[in-house]
Amino acid sequence: MEKYSGLSLVKHSLSHHENWERQWANPTPNKKYDIIIVGAGGHGLATAYYLAKVHGITNVAVLEKNHLAGGNIARNTTIVRSNYLWDESAALYEHSMKLWEGLSQDLNYNVMFSQRGVYHTCHTLGDMRANERLVHANQIQGVDNEMLTAEQLQKEIPTLDCSAGARYPIMGASVQRRAGNARHDAVAWGYARAASALGVHLIQNCEVTGMIIDGSNTIRGVKTKQYGEIRADRVGCVAAGNSGEMARMAGFEMPVESHPLQALVSEPIKPFLDTVVMSNHVHGYMSQSDKGDLVIGAGIDGWVGYGQRGSYPIIEHTIQAIVEMFPCTSRVRMNRQWGGIVDTTPDACPIIGTTPVKNMFMNCGWGTGGFKGTPGSGWAFAETLAQGKPGDLAAPFSMDRFVTGALIDEHGAAGVAH
Amino acid sequence: MLHIYCPHCCEYREEEEFHCKGQAHIARPLDPDNCSEQEWANFIFFRKNTKGQHQELWHHSAGCGKFFNVSRNTITYKIEQSYLLGTAPQPVLDVNKEGKA
Ligand SMILES: Cc1cc2nc3c(=O)[nH]c(=O)nc-3n(C[C@H](O)[C@H](O)[C@H](O)COP(=O)(O)OP(=O)(O)OC[C@H]3O[C@@H](n4cnc5c(N)ncnc54)[C@H](O)[C@@H]3O)c2cc1C
Ligand SMILES: [Zn+2]
Repeated sequence: MEKYSGLSLVKHSLSHHENWERQWANPTPNKKYDIIIVGAGGHGLATAYYLAKVHGITNVAVLEKNHLAGGNIARNTTIVRSNYLWDESAALYEHSMKLWEGLSQDLNYNVMFSQRGVYHTCHTLGDMRANERLVHANQIQGVDNEMLTAEQLQKEIPTLDCSAGARYPIMGASVQRRAGNARHDAVAWGYARAASALGVHLIQNCEVTGMIIDGSNTIRGVKTKQYGEIRADRVGCVAAGNSGEMARMAGFEMPVESHPLQALVSEPIKPFLDTVVMSNHVHGYMSQSDKGDLVIGAGIDGWVGYGQRGSYPIIEHTIQAIVEMFPCTSRVRMNRQWGGIVDTTPDACPIIGTTPVKNMFMNCGWGTGGFKGTPGSGWAFAETLAQGKPGDLAAPFSMDRFVTGALIDEHGAAGVAH
Repeated sequence: MLHIYCPHCCEYREEEEFHCKGQAHIARPLDPDNCSEQEWANFIFFRKNTKGQHQELWHHSAGCGKFFNVSRNTITYKIEQSYLLGTAPQPVLDVNKEGKA
């Protein structure tokens, strides 16, 4: 792998940047691997990278039905934070945050991680109490998070309407200053390039259509549309919105439902928002990209859907919330709008671990908020796949919790849509 | 925007008047005191998450306030029919995975 550096930029400028090496290889698949990962989104690629880097397992294939990184990893609004309520999730997301903080160096790829802070505005006494509780929990966990009054907030974000005359007046806010956002594509491409360099096979345009399961209920590999059967000792499914399909192929049900989640961006305008603001109460969130577009996220559509598009009332509602919070944006025009299919669980936490089929593992249920979890998810799932059982970080997130009742209820902290 | 027929009001109304309440026809365990934890989990949390023709419960929350079922394709989003609780959907043409009849 050619190392990216200032020097390599200068060197390649001499040949008009026409001789950069390909970022990853496009091999044809072998007949058998140690481990197959289904789904080359952010989580699948990160899993492959940490399998190779941390556990030294490189006889690995990542199978992707389309081109890599075209699913939710390419559709999200890139918010990264770790201020979750319960110890189990705070540990997972904070582990992820620590990986984010060194990710560009680790991958030798600029993921443009920008710790510009994420604010949660509070509009009711209930909001204030929930956020204060969260801040206190985070302080005990060693995760940064602090409360601000409406006056402090107004100083920090002048364009936010913190006046008493607002329809849903802002009473205060919590802010995690280490939170922020990153460039989603670069995260996937950086992991893909680094994993490929370590010998992992990235197989694009290879749709998994079935699981090969023997008489002792042990997985032996997968069936694919383009390359027939590919065998493996272990199979890890990281298919986000299509996780239910993976389970169906293997003959079990899961506590997961797939919903459309929408986002939109505006025309580029001059810089006016240098942070991320979200409101659970009026239900919308916004940041401004480096290009100047406003990046706006909506909530999920309430029905199961696989169509990568949602309903118009959701968009309308979101825009109402944004204009309520930032009246100065009322005449900004929207450029594009799209949807992704997110896999939601009843307690708003992911499912990582074993399945009813031996040697088949699942990493899914990240729902509306898995982008921030990409490094931590990959790290924890790589450990699970390498050892054949979950490690400490992943263990509380087993599917079994829906049977035992040991739920990790993050509905409050997960808030709007991430 | 979905355009939904309420079999109680006997009219098509816009999606905003309704709330989707998830998978339909989930039978409550007949003998709750003797259910295993897995049986309770299946009833409360585990879902079909169908990719294709899906039967779901809807509430006409900003209308008549009554519940009914809808059969809808979760890929095309096309609604096949609305029908009353306690009844089964009418058999329709086999809709394949791409949603083309
Ligand atoms: C509009 C929107 C906004 C969001 N905003 C945020 C946010 O601000 N912050 C945040 O933390 N999270 C956010 N998320 C959530 C986040 O995007 C997801 O949780 C995360 O990207 C999911 O993991 P992934 O990247 O691996 O998924 P994906 O990129 O969807 O990867 C799954 C892959 O599996 C492949 N696949 C599926 N079926 C098969 C098959 N049969 N064979 C082979 N391959 C298959 C798919 O093609 C896909 O590439 C948002 C999501 C959406 C849709
Ligand atoms: Zn009605």
